Amino acid sequence: MSREEYESVIGLEVHAELSTKTKIFCSCPTKFGASPNTQTCPICMAMPGTLPVLNEKVVEYAVKAGLATNCTISKDSKNDRKNYYYPDLPKSYQISQYDKPLCENGYIEIDTKNGKKKIRILRIHIEEDAGKLNHDDFGGGSLVDLNRAGVPLIEIVSEPDISSSEEAEAYLRKLKAILEYIEVSDCKMQEGSYRADVNVSVKKKTDEKLGTRTEMKNMNSFRSITRGIDYEIDRQIDLLEDGKQVEQQSLRWDDVSGKTFSMRDKEDAQDYRYFPDPDLVAIRLSNEYVENIRKNLPELPEKRRERYLNEYKMTEKETDIIVSSKYLSDLFEEAADICKNRKAVSNWIISDISRILNEKELEPADIPFTAEQLAHLVMIIDKGTISSSIGKKVLEELFENPREPEDIVKEKGWVQISDEGEIKKIVAEILANNQQSVSDYKAGKDKALGFLVGQAMKATKGKANPQLLNKLFIEELKK
Amino acid sequence: MKVSKEELLHIANLAQLNLKEEEIGNYLQNLEEILNFANIVNNAPVDELDITIGANEAKNVFRKDEVKVFEDNEALLANAVSKELNMFKIPKVIQ
Amino acid sequence: MNIIDLTVNELQEKLKNKELTIKEITQAYVDRINEKEKDVEAFVTTLTDEALNKAEEIQKKIDEGEINGDLAGIPIGIKDNINTKGVKTTCSSKMLENFVSPYDATVMQKINSENMINLGKLNMDEFAMGSSTETSYFKTTKNPWDLNRVPGGSSGGSAAAVASGMVPWALGSDTGGSIRQPASFCGVVGLKPTYGLVSRYGLVAFASSLDQIGPITKDVKDAAILLNLIAGYDEKDTTSVNMEKKDYVKALTGDVKGLKIGVPKEFFGEGINEEVKNSLKEAINKYKELGAEVEEFSLNVAEYALATYYIIACAEASSNLGRFDGIRYTYRTSEFKDLKELFKKSRSEGFGDEVKRRIILGTYVLSSGYYDAYYKKAQKVRTMVMNEFNKGFEKYDVILTPTSPTVAFGIGEKSGNPLEMYLADICTVSINIAGVPGISIPCGVDSNGMPIGMQIVGNKFEEEKILNVAYTLEKEIKFREKYKPEFKK
Repeated sequence: MSREEYESVIGLEVHAELSTKTKIFCSCPTKFGASPNTQTCPICMAMPGTLPVLNEKVVEYAVKAGLATNCTISKDSKNDRKNYYYPDLPKSYQISQYDKPLCENGYIEIDTKNGKKKIRILRIHIEEDAGKLNHDDFGGGSLVDLNRAGVPLIEIVSEPDISSSEEAEAYLRKLKAILEYIEVSDCKMQEGSYRADVNVSVKKKTDEKLGTRTEMKNMNSFRSITRGIDYEIDRQIDLLEDGKQVEQQSLRWDDVSGKTFSMRDKEDAQDYRYFPDPDLVAIRLSNEYVENIRKNLPELPEKRRERYLNEYKMTEKETDIIVSSKYLSDLFEEAADICKNRKAVSNWIISDISRILNEKELEPADIPFTAEQLAHLVMIIDKGTISSSIGKKVLEELFENPREPEDIVKEKGWVQISDEGEIKKIVAEILANNQQSVSDYKAGKDKALGFLVGQAMKATKGKANPQLLNKLFIEELKK
Repeated sequence: MKVSKEELLHIANLAQLNLKEEEIGNYLQNLEEILNFANIVNNAPVDELDITIGANEAKNVFRKDEVKVFEDNEALLANAVSKELNMFKIPKVIQ
Repeated sequence: MNIIDLTVNELQEKLKNKELTIKEITQAYVDRINEKEKDVEAFVTTLTDEALNKAEEIQKKIDEGEINGDLAGIPIGIKDNINTKGVKTTCSSKMLENFVSPYDATVMQKINSENMINLGKLNMDEFAMGSSTETSYFKTTKNPWDLNRVPGGSSGGSAAAVASGMVPWALGSDTGGSIRQPASFCGVVGLKPTYGLVSRYGLVAFASSLDQIGPITKDVKDAAILLNLIAGYDEKDTTSVNMEKKDYVKALTGDVKGLKIGVPKEFFGEGINEEVKNSLKEAINKYKELGAEVEEFSLNVAEYALATYYIIACAEASSNLGRFDGIRYTYRTSEFKDLKELFKKSRSEGFGDEVKRRIILGTYVLSSGYYDAYYKKAQKVRTMVMNEFNKGFEKYDVILTPTSPTVAFGIGEKSGNPLEMYLADICTVSINIAGVPGISIPCGVDSNGMPIGMQIVGNKFEEEKILNVAYTLEKEIKFREKYKPEFKK
């Protein structure tokens, strides 16, 4: 039987760390990368007798996320305990939400090769993150750091509406952009603040019933997620084709071998014994509260996209690249505002800036220079102080050691030569040394002009004003 | 209420407790007796009633998102039996 | 004058009149501890040296006018499940045998800010699970009236220490009767406040939706004084209630004329000892003489409440005690080959029998397949119990019952039969399930000279009423003047 007879069903559980100043149930800071156990207190260390108090921003951010993804905000919500033992979970229960999540029944739209597709969101709930286990290099043990224990998370659970790794990626990118736009999470994947559990099952297209699903836990790069999904789909189809069964289990994706591995011992059947946390009171949000948040919701990517297309008359391609990240989009608008050359700023972002981000494996939020500096780069090109090819070098420099583009240009001696007398001298010199090209040009080979201009640029290390060069070469050649 | 030995051991495992072979009989008997007694709740006329989670009817008690650093960090690890590099040391865990 | 026989309000009077100094008071209690602790064994940790130093320090500050206040220099004993910074907080468990707390419970902050003197941490049933203080890992506290009997539990150390004059008053905690029942067994006053009146922050949780800290004192006025100090909203405990502060001492008018007292007949049924019933009847007659309107009524909740209590309390406990896992601050087993063994051996060796039994019961009722039949049902029954109490309080100002079906029983008498031990809580648990306040005061003794306790239950946040009802009877029957513990061996 061929692979085409199967279809895959994918659901995603995204965990996004909320960018609050303090943890969800205590007043400890949440900064990433602090030295072990320095962002802890008796509460997040689960000392006996301590009690949780819910951070109001966590509720607000979760409601924002719910509204931005078209969810219904629950009027009757609560916190529940999920009980299990693990050394990174100091209370031996995680405070989460079970049957009454804050947000339910939403959706987002993604672009697929067959057009737009709605991916439904089952629920969004708030919960606390666990600590971190570090490996001890000396004694063969592990070490528990609880700085991350109690950092607030929202878990966004999709319906199994996704049918390929491409759709999964589109969904994750879209969701990430939304969370960034509404400023509830910085979604830094390398730091684990945006990660997903991926459920995959396959079934024959003719079958009504869903297949048995497996779950890949804690995936935190788009590449691993798409590779993992493709691998799982293949593995499951192979199993079924061999007449075997898919086993429901939690899996770990290994990037190096490109395979999934089973995570838990089978003897330890999980039973989380969820029950309402008696230390916390009910959450009953009023209409006014929710409507107030709705009113103050920032512009969402969809809205911004429309504005770029309709008002700015930008192309779909450039719009999609810029809008995909709030950071890029804000950079674009701010820089364009200063330099009044939207087209140029857009070009820089979709070409060179995107390329450098890719090469350096950086996220847009990691861009080290300011919108003002980018605007000034555009302005000195427009003024003719430098050529756009020098501009590329200035941009590289902005990534390395951001400062005022004019200062960079001065420091490096990259100011464009626009003095006609000086350029004339260069033109004369190049013509004298390239008689063959001169003859070619005169014989009607227009390409020879390009070669000559190139030689002149080379001689001036790219500083000569290209328009002026062109003009003077033609004048000389026509003599 | 009959509880099997396997069930008791499953529950003990969930609670991360070992039960010695000679204790099991006793725990089983106690558990069954108490469950038999507790079963009264199933005769109570409560079908129409809502559940009560706590004795307090307050709602929406939240905290401001303001950092307060716990000063006595050292005391937080002072009781640990085994620690290293300001972390709690445990047997190697393969994640 | 014997200092250790005085109530705190009497001590305050004598301090004010300069008849006594703080040092004299503290010294008297330290001497008493040195004399009686070997028989009673009420303490897990004594802080006698620290207390004497503190007394000196506070006396100096008072003399220099640096501090004042009615409670400065007054000693107190603290149940060992209330966190005290820099001092061991063991919950009478091997699990926390060496645990020194990094922080103070909110009630301790209040006590310290008044410059009171902590004489030590008091013994209890392990993690407050028990009704006799026999489940303590360290020692069995004895009843000062008869050293062969239990002091009740779980705050048995607190009640015994107050009864034997080793502390002038103490803090206990009450989840299903753990303040009132030992107060009753030891012939002292014990108050369980309305759920939410006193902050639970720093009280090691047994059952979060039921636990309350409360005073154990020699008389009702002391209970009101201590409640004045510890009551109040705490932003660290979201289940504490934000309401205006009351002065409970002012409520003690000694007048119950026209007050409506309900007596639920189900609390005087066959399980209740005859001598207990008779003593209560006398008290009821006293109230009638004093002008209260007493009426019998039906409050058929006791058995339902008891079943509900053991389901809910154990379910919450099974989760609350999960943090004692051998990783961060508890006992850790000495040998283990992997993480699983570290968890299981540490917990199995660190917890005693009764604690394990309740964790298993609690885990069972929350586990899949049983949640609806037990836990969820119990939550509904809880609603029913609350409704029944509400109905009662529509008609009556207070409800009067025995605190315990019997007087203090013998050491070892019930420890072999958990269910029988649980049944001993029948009169007190419904009060925790409903979240209402209850006070136990001594109302007489039985033929063996053992104290009998009477429980007065009020509507939510009506501590003023039950304190005044208790105070009025106390004045009439003069229990403390007539009876004293004899330390019978």
